[in-house]
Amino acid sequence: MTEEVWGARSTTPDAIEAALRDMLRSRHAADEALVPARVLNLVVIVDRDWKGEIANRLEGAGRYHASRTVLCAVQDGRVTLDAVASVGDEERAPGTPRVMHESVVIDVGAQHLPGLRTIVDPILVDELPTVVWSPHGHDEAVEALLEVMDVVMVDSDDIDDPALAFERAQRLARDAYVVDLAWLRTTPWRERLAASFDLPARRAELPRIARLEVRHRSRSAASALLLVGWLASRLGWTSCSLGHAGGGLAGTLSRPGCCEPGSGAPEPGEVLVALRPHDQDAPGLAGVTVCGEGGAALSLQRGRGGLEACEVSADGAERVWRILGASRGEGGILGEGIRQALLRDQTYEPALDSARALCTA
Amino acid sequence: MHPTVLVIFGATGDLAHRKLLPAIYNLAHEGQLPERFEIVGVGRRDQESEHFREMVSSTVQRFSRRPPDADVLDGLLAGVHYVPGAFDEPQVYAGLVRALAEADERAGVPLDRVFYLSTAPEFFPLIAAMLGESGLQRASDAEVRIVIEKPFGYDLQSARTLNAQLLEVFDERQIYRIDHYLGKETVQNLIALRFANALFEPVWNRNYIDQVQITVAEDIGIGGRASYYERSGALRDLVQNHMLQLLALLAMEPPTAFDADRLRDEKLKVLEAIVPARPEEVPSMAVRAQYAPGVVGGISVPGYREEEGVAPYSRTPTYAALRLHVSNWRWAGVPFYLRTGKRLSRKLTEIAVILKQIPHVALQSSGSVGIQANQIVLTVQPDEGVSVSLGAKIPGTRMRIRPVNMEFRYGTAFLSESPEAYERLILDAMRGDATLFTRNDEIEALWGIVDPILGAWDADRSSTVPQYDAGSAGPPEADSLLEDGRVWRRL
Repeated sequence: MTEEVWGARSTTPDAIEAALRDMLRSRHAADEALVPARVLNLVVIVDRDWKGEIANRLEGAGRYHASRTVLCAVQDGRVTLDAVASVGDEERAPGTPRVMHESVVIDVGAQHLPGLRTIVDPILVDELPTVVWSPHGHDEAVEALLEVMDVVMVDSDDIDDPALAFERAQRLARDAYVVDLAWLRTTPWRERLAASFDLPARRAELPRIARLEVRHRSRSAASALLLVGWLASRLGWTSCSLGHAGGGLAGTLSRPGCCEPGSGAPEPGEVLVALRPHDQDAPGLAGVTVCGEGGAALSLQRGRGGLEACEVSADGAERVWRILGASRGEGGILGEGIRQALLRDQTYEPALDSARALCTA
Repeated sequence: MHPTVLVIFGATGDLAHRKLLPAIYNLAHEGQLPERFEIVGVGRRDQESEHFREMVSSTVQRFSRRPPDADVLDGLLAGVHYVPGAFDEPQVYAGLVRALAEADERAGVPLDRVFYLSTAPEFFPLIAAMLGESGLQRASDAEVRIVIEKPFGYDLQSARTLNAQLLEVFDERQIYRIDHYLGKETVQNLIALRFANALFEPVWNRNYIDQVQITVAEDIGIGGRASYYERSGALRDLVQNHMLQLLALLAMEPPTAFDADRLRDEKLKVLEAIVPARPEEVPSMAVRAQYAPGVVGGISVPGYREEEGVAPYSRTPTYAALRLHVSNWRWAGVPFYLRTGKRLSRKLTEIAVILKQIPHVALQSSGSVGIQANQIVLTVQPDEGVSVSLGAKIPGTRMRIRPVNMEFRYGTAFLSESPEAYERLILDAMRGDATLFTRNDEIEALWGIVDPILGAWDADRSSTVPQYDAGSAGPPEADSLLEDGRVWRRL
């Protein structure tokens, strides 16, 4: 990657924008094959001490990087703005069309956050959707950017209490489209469960699911709850709050046409749900087991090169195989989050509402 | 998607190596394959499944568009098997029956079967018939489909014969005739451009469009394909299939839904509206030529007749240009110019829709190129995108106009990388979605357009085949097709 860099202390948004415009113009004049990417703006608000770590995560997002990234590094006590702006492009043969990406890092003070819109807005590319990501909290900054943001990226797994995380996501969803990285960690599991039950032989089992177990990294309970919420919203299960059990969460949900959930062994019309923490390094889910009333079960477990599938039929016969698919890793999840900002997933909000209901005591 | 086994006939061939197997790996990488998926390769090379797996592994590592993930590749290879033998040997099909039964047994469910014929065309009817004799054209509780690569027939009669031979064994709904151009993003984007935007459709007719130019130019020669190309030539190789498909998509009426038969019904109407030329009309609406020695990219290259494997007096055209008319209400009077050639000055595939000149010029001032007709250009390769040319004022104190381009490039407008055409098409065949495949009546309509031209060229043994310098824009004779001051777009 080739890069041109500009920097200034005690600067202004107008000066930053002018520097970006000059760099884009001069690079295009030097090589007409260089054109600016024009897909979306990404505004990231981070603690200044951790801006390097976040920059590395953004680097790891691969080709799914924003056209213009504005990273606001928050430092207590700072009263002026220092900024570094850069324009980089892919290293390819001269003359072949190449895309330029712009990046701005602005050191801001905590006192700037209520008025952050006035700093960021002049630097955004007009007419492009703007995504805001604030991985270290700073809700005040997110609130300040509501007017300019189209999409807000959150990670419900980052907040210790999933109920608070879901409440925050619901609140933000009133003003912007929410992309939840915790939800995206469940994508391969949702796709595979949906595909598995699309088969005629298994489709009939969908309304008769009696037990669901979701295994997850201990700090990824939100992902697990969103998966349960998704199934509940798609299958019409009535959510109830889950209680603490065996180090995780458990409870009984009602299937359509059934009365209030009871307790003990599953009755027809009830689904026993259990969320179990699992020891693994990767954030997200570790496995899912779905059991039908007749005793048949399908289990998916994270494995190398895909998901290890195990199907036990009602007569106890067991089949094991692997469903292929490469892990995207956390960099891939972030990249997918940026990509999803241009799409609209209609299934998230119903799943979020159901997951929120599972948390209500 | 139902669990599937993909049987590749010609599994050790060039197409399987370069396109099919890397495409399947990429589908596996993305997690898009069915939950149970196996590959059975069938080929003449006598080897064990283990050797075939090694071949698949090395070909994926060499040709995949992304570096393979070792675990995914290992997982894919675990489901790869091989049945050796010639395609006319009954024991091959007996072996295939066993291999497919074993795959069903491993999966615990009857797998859908997709037979992919990646072979020379002369084997298509033979393999279809042998599959039928072995009872492999049907399966209980599973779908069976057959994918046929191009060329589908050599002319109208052979295409009809091949259709009849396939339909003796398979139902039309089971047959997927592949045209990989239809799997390309830009080609599908042509449908989106027309039917997802209010901007273009109002002008998409004879009232506003002056002409359409479809160009498929290649800078390469025939490579090692002399034996194929000598029989095929430019008209069969590219015009009869890819280019006429592009024309049909560009000219069709809006389908009521984007499903296989509705889309193909509309394309068929366009093809049937192209009146086949009478023999005496061919010289004035079609031009053929061969490349002569020349310079491409600074390197001297031989002429077509000097290429290895080509007859010294060959009359096979390496360039073809046509002027066609779609005789319907929307397009009456609008010429569609098609041109394709090898060893041209550059590689370019584009569809250019050139609008009529504005009726009155009030703005033109000296000192500029002035107002030119608007052009909507869809580029398929090397860059995928769309550009619209507009007249714009040159900055300054005078009202001078020159054309500028408003460009959309896939690489700059989307974050996602385009999948290879074969990834989309293989997935569609496994899903049972035939929208981007060619139906039997379409195939016959396509041949119905080019057959009279081929017939007239074959019958004409007296005139010489025009030559064009390798590295040029093609033969000057092609200019004779253009009327009323029109010119070919610069390559």
